[in-house]
Amino acid sequence: MAEKKRSLGKELTKGFLDENPVLRLVLGTCPTLAVSTSVESAVGMGLAATIVLICSNIAISALRKVIPSKVRIPAYVVVIASFVTIVQMLVKAFAPSLDEQLGVYLPLIVVNCIILGRAEAFAGKNNVLASAVDGLGMGIGFTIALFTMGFIREFFGTGTITISLINNGKELWTPLFGENPILIFILAPGGFFVFGMLIMLANKIAEKKGKPKAQLHSCKACPMFATCTSSEKEDCER
Amino acid sequence: MKIFFSILLTAILTQNFVLAKFLGICPFLGVSKKTKTATGMSLAVIFVMVLSTAVTYPINTLLVNNDLEYLQTIVFILVIAALVQLVEIVLKKYMPPLYNSLGIYLPLITTNCAVLGVVLLNIDNGYGFAESMVNSLGAGIGFLVAMVMFAGVRERMESSDVPESLKGLPITLVAASLVSMSFLGFAGLVENLFA
Repeated sequence: MAEKKRSLGKELTKGFLDENPVLRLVLGTCPTLAVSTSVESAVGMGLAATIVLICSNIAISALRKVIPSKVRIPAYVVVIASFVTIVQMLVKAFAPSLDEQLGVYLPLIVVNCIILGRAEAFAGKNNVLASAVDGLGMGIGFTIALFTMGFIREFFGTGTITISLINNGKELWTPLFGENPILIFILAPGGFFVFGMLIMLANKIAEKKGKPKAQLHSCKACPMFATCTSSEKEDCER
Repeated sequence: MKIFFSILLTAILTQNFVLAKFLGICPFLGVSKKTKTATGMSLAVIFVMVLSTAVTYPINTLLVNNDLEYLQTIVFILVIAALVQLVEIVLKKYMPPLYNSLGIYLPLITTNCAVLGVVLLNIDNGYGFAESMVNSLGAGIGFLVAMVMFAGVRERMESSDVPESLKGLPITLVAASLVSMSFLGFAGLVENLFA
C-alpha cells in the first residue's frame, strides 16, 4: 500500500536511476548484453521494450480484477506475447533494418524479466494510470541503460558512432580510436566487461545515497517466485 | 553426417549460447555458485530444449501451412510453458529420483530465454527436423559447458581477495568476460575442421 502514496512523478523517475531495471534490479540482462553492440540497435531495443511494457502494464492493470490469481502468470504471458507480436510486425514493416539487427532478440522480449516482473510486481496491484507511468519510467530506465552500454561499446569497439537516421548513416565523428578500435568491446567479452563496470558505477552512486548494492535476485526477480516451494527457494538462493 | 557435427560443434563452442549469444544469462549468473546446482540446472535445460524443439517443430509446420507465422511467438511460449508444467507433473508422479535432481529447476526454465531462443533460431536458420534437434542438443550442451566452467571459476573466486567496489556482481561479470574471451579462441575452428 505504501506504493500507492507515491506521486506519479516519483513513479516515473524511480526507474531512471534509483530502481533502474538493468543496473539496480539486474533484470533483462540477456537483451542488454546482446543488442548493445551499437547505439542504434540498443535504443531500438529499448524503445520496442518500452512500448510493450507500457501496453502490457495498461492491459494487465485494467484486467487485474478479472484475472484469477491462480492463472495470472499464463494470462500475463499471453497479454505480453500479443503486444510483442504487434511490435514485431510494426518493426518488420517500418524499420526492417532494425529488425535485422535485433533478430531473434525482438520476439524474445516476451521472456524479458522486466516486463513480466513489472506485471507481477506493479501492474497487477495498481490502477491503470499508475501502471502506465510505471511502464514508461521503467522503459526509459531500460533504454538509458542500453544506450549507455551501446554508446561505450560502439565508441571503443568501432571507434565511431553511427546512427542511420542522423547524418545519412555516415559515422558521426572519428575520435581517438578511429584508426585502431578496440574490437573486443563489441564482441561478447566486452559486453560482460562493460556491464560489470556499469554495475560497479551504479553501486557507487547507490552507496553514496545509502542504498544497498545491486544484487542478482535470482529468486525475487523470478516471475515464478510466488509459485515456488520452500525447498526450491533455498536452492536458488544459494 | 558432416553437417550434424558441424552444427553440434558450432552450437557448443563457437556460437555458445551463453557466452556468444547471451541467451540464458539470468541462470548463468544466478545458479552458477555451485558446480552441483549448475549441473542440475543445465541438464534440465538440455532436456527442455530438446523436448520443446521436438514439439514445436511440427506445430511450426502447421502454422506455416496455414499462413499463421505471426502467431509463432505467442504459440511457442505457451507450448513451452505447458510442456514444462506437464513434464514436472509426470516426473513428480512416475520418476521421483529424477524429479528430485532435475525437477526443482523446471519452473525456472519456462521464462528462460535460451529455450524460446533456440526454438526461434532453428526456424530462422531454416533447419529441418534432424538439424533442429542436433542444434538444440548442442545449445544445451553448450549451456552445460559454460555453466560448469563458470561455477568452477566462481568457486575459486570465493576465496580470492577482490577490491571492495568490485565485490559481488561486478567481479562476477568480469569473470564471465574472461571465460567468454577464452571461448573466442574457438573462432574459425568449425569452419576449418569441416572445410
